[in-house]
Amino acid sequence: MTAPGRMLVSRRVVGCRRVGGRREVSAVHFSFLSLLRNAFSAHRDWPRQWRSPEPKPAYDVVIVGGGGHGLAAAYYLAAEFGIRDVAVLEKGWIGGGNSGRNTTIVRSNYLMEPSEALYDHALKLWEDLSQTLNYNVMFSPRGVMMLAHTDHDIHSFKRHLHANRLAGIPSEWLTPEAARAFCPGLNIDPDLRYPVLGATLQRRGGVARHDAVVWGYARAASALGVDVVENCEVTGFERAADGRITAVETTRGRIGAARVGVSAAGNTSVVMAKAGIRMPLESTPLQALVSEPLKPIVSCVVMSNTIHAYISQSDKGDLVIGAGTDQYVSYSQTGGLHITAHTLDAICELFPALRRVRMMRNWGGIVDNTVDRSPILGRTPIDNLFVNCGWGTGGFKATPGAGHLLAATIARGEPHPIAAPFGLDRFASGRLVDEAAAAAVAH
Amino acid sequence: MLLIACPYCGPRPEIEFVARGEAHVARPAADADPQAIAEALYVRDNTRGLLAERWRHLHGCGRFFNAVRHTVTDKFVTTYRVGDPRPDLAALAEELAR
Repeated sequence: MTAPGRMLVSRRVVGCRRVGGRREVSAVHFSFLSLLRNAFSAHRDWPRQWRSPEPKPAYDVVIVGGGGHGLAAAYYLAAEFGIRDVAVLEKGWIGGGNSGRNTTIVRSNYLMEPSEALYDHALKLWEDLSQTLNYNVMFSPRGVMMLAHTDHDIHSFKRHLHANRLAGIPSEWLTPEAARAFCPGLNIDPDLRYPVLGATLQRRGGVARHDAVVWGYARAASALGVDVVENCEVTGFERAADGRITAVETTRGRIGAARVGVSAAGNTSVVMAKAGIRMPLESTPLQALVSEPLKPIVSCVVMSNTIHAYISQSDKGDLVIGAGTDQYVSYSQTGGLHITAHTLDAICELFPALRRVRMMRNWGGIVDNTVDRSPILGRTPIDNLFVNCGWGTGGFKATPGAGHLLAATIARGEPHPIAAPFGLDRFASGRLVDEAAAAAVAH
Repeated sequence: MLLIACPYCGPRPEIEFVARGEAHVARPAADADPQAIAEALYVRDNTRGLLAERWRHLHGCGRFFNAVRHTVTDKFVTTYRVGDPRPDLAALAEELAR
């Protein structure tokens, strides 16, 4: 995978403009006119989409992890909270970790009130994200349909549906026939091993282009003065006598930091251990696979918790299929093939027309699971260290919301009200936010 | 699929087993404070490298045992019976690196 910042190498550097009396580095604004102008040069002269700076000796805020969440946090720190002395440190390259490995599903139909507020906060930001970032993230609210296969599923889903309605999150119940009408090709034969007995539908849910999300945030943050530093792995933390962090040690040298936000998904335990903090997390591979490109055939997102499969179709035409997690802790980024085979069994039964479709690629991303399948977002035992993790199998949908709430938490030094129920302290207080049934695969 | 050596039955395919999380987690005392109970219940090393963990040969002999596995390669380094002491992970890592 190549980031556009590398594909579109040009002689021109990123442009500069004056904002509020200061010279600001900014990316070229995308508009019909700029597209037209660049069409005359066969689109060869687009500048790099974000700067590639050497890290400065120190920053006000250092974000560890250049995934969607970390980049979004940096963007909102700069755009909404006026904190522009920010660096995002990424050990690999932008879009090379889980942000390039997920199945791009966006929804907010969770069960508990704190979760509904959390995920709907993100969904509302998704709805005008392309305009906000001036970058087409291809958010497509084509509807997320979750299939019920057993009586227990029906009861559980209807409970979710009513809870969602009470929280102002529109959600509908579909009969098998209505589910098939919404998604032609779905097999509703009552003789299936796990027949479709009904489905819930969140019409506002859908998919977005995962690479574009990180590229768009990196570009917008960079334009506001945030340094996006790739190939920079954090190897340790420098601590003062009172325990506060004074700097992060990296493969590109020491970087001073007044405040640090860790947003490292599957590797959060590894990073936090360097600060002497053990986390209530277990990291497992979550697999996905894509087929060869096809004509449009799957018109919405179809998810099935019971038989562990979910499927949507990308705009390029490939079927994007999500499988389950392996049962043990692993950082292998692959996972066992029998997990994938099990998912394909289910897909072939739900969509018999897809039996002869060839699968092109299969991969794994490392997801950090909490016991209640809810994230951890807030303060840590170290005063100037903040953490955003534990999103498990569902982090992509939260990208704008998680970034915004992490930014607010770092800027104010205390948790944003929406993030407050998701603190690290809930494990000792017992106030877990149990989303095992809503979290789809990780239950 | 992994090949796992059950200490009682020998090498068997992964689908006969269930993983049961980190090994050697001590149960907290009855009068332990909530923080200590939360640590024992939820907080894990989640190591990137050699990890001692519990497995159960569910679809075989049904017995629990412990294993040391490398969490990046998923390679099982050794398996041992419950009650046996935890192997020296640092020494095992050195041996692997050689």
